[in-house]
Amino acid sequence: MQILITVVGCILFAVLAPVVGCLLAGLDRKISARMQGRVGPPLLQPYYDVRKLLEKDHVAVNSSEGVYIAFALVFAILAGGIFFTGGNLLMCIFVITLSSLLFIVAAYSSRSPYAEVGAERETMQVMAYEPMVLLMAVAFFLVTGSFNVSSAFDQQVPVFTSIWLVFLGFLFILTIKLRKSPFDLSYSHHAHQELVKGITTEMSGPTLAKVEIMHWCESVLFLGWVGMFFIWGNPISIVVAIVVALVAFFLEIWIDNNFARVKWQALMTSAWVVALVAGGVNIGILMYL
Amino acid sequence: MAFASKSPWVIHYDASSCNGCDIEVLAALCPGYDVERFGIINTGNPKHADIFLVTGSVNERNIDVVKEIYDQMVEPKIVVACGICACTGGIFHDCYNVIGGVDKAIPVDVYAPGCAVRPEAIIDAVVQAIGILDEKSKALAAARKGA
Ligand code: SF4
Repeated sequence: MQILITVVGCILFAVLAPVVGCLLAGLDRKISARMQGRVGPPLLQPYYDVRKLLEKDHVAVNSSEGVYIAFALVFAILAGGIFFTGGNLLMCIFVITLSSLLFIVAAYSSRSPYAEVGAERETMQVMAYEPMVLLMAVAFFLVTGSFNVSSAFDQQVPVFTSIWLVFLGFLFILTIKLRKSPFDLSYSHHAHQELVKGITTEMSGPTLAKVEIMHWCESVLFLGWVGMFFIWGNPISIVVAIVVALVAFFLEIWIDNNFARVKWQALMTSAWVVALVAGGVNIGILMYL
Repeated sequence: MAFASKSPWVIHYDASSCNGCDIEVLAALCPGYDVERFGIINTGNPKHADIFLVTGSVNERNIDVVKEIYDQMVEPKIVVACGICACTGGIFHDCYNVIGGVDKAIPVDVYAPGCAVRPEAIIDAVVQAIGILDEKSKALAAARKGA
């Protein structure tokens, strides 16, 4: 039964997440432009970009790159399906990490120096945010007694109330996960010239379109994680969760436009310190107090 | 309909000459004109670009670079020669190393003359290029269907 629900959830996620993610991306570009005193592109610009990329000729440096990217997209959708049907949070985290790893392998497979630098930096980013993500799952388990996302609905109060420190830590690494400045080392949405577009250097046309769609799905999933902290046993909490997720997204856009990129050393240390302090202290309190 | 005209990403290469046109191209791309309104993005990656803006004339040293960038771009693609140097060689046409305009290296779709070429002329040329891009995109789609 659970399998069936997950499959249906994946199909729904595959249809809805790109739509929502695309609108969010368009909003992001518009708001960023306004912050910079520009008018900015139309709301549907990300959609136009992807449609154009799909129209382009199929060119690839090798035959495996496209396969890696296709599977990265499939796993991103699977992770979303697992999460939004109330499935296992740990499983969702592992599947989305697998998706990131396939993205990295795709870049490495092209053997291009630019793509390799991008892939290396993406690896750094995965290493930086992964501890905090895992601690988030542990904290969630300690509060609800289950790794199932749906158990948040069994709570009297949102899990945020007892693991708000973990939430703050998660907000910090959300910037890395969404690849926003100051942590947009591997692939920036703005710097189209730097390091020749990092990890996506060798990806073009339909492959690049798949990468974009994958980013949309990822954004929706990560904002879902944000919302998860604010769910309790009352349907109204879904509205609260969506509002908080949107606020978090706007906060990310604001951060993106106001901070200069850091070096990877600063990325690693800050992310790990935040994970140890926010995650460690909060989990310590939950376990021993 | 073709979406190419809604999101034309440009790449810019300054081949040689006095750099005047190079500065004008960058001026046209700067936030003041906000070309992102039309989905235009200035990318540094030929594999992501649809429109190739070349300034300056082609010489023995850079002809390979111009060809390489053009070859790396994915169809459908458009080349715009910006400035009289890029069109014909301009005032540098009889220099010992200058081969001539960009069309000596790669096929050019739109010529934007001027020394230096005005931002208005560049924008005009890009608008024309977008029209041709749409046609090429449709032709490619038709060819794919036929194949
Ligand atoms: S056309 Fe004139 S301004 Fe432009 S690069 Fe040539 S000499 Fe310079």
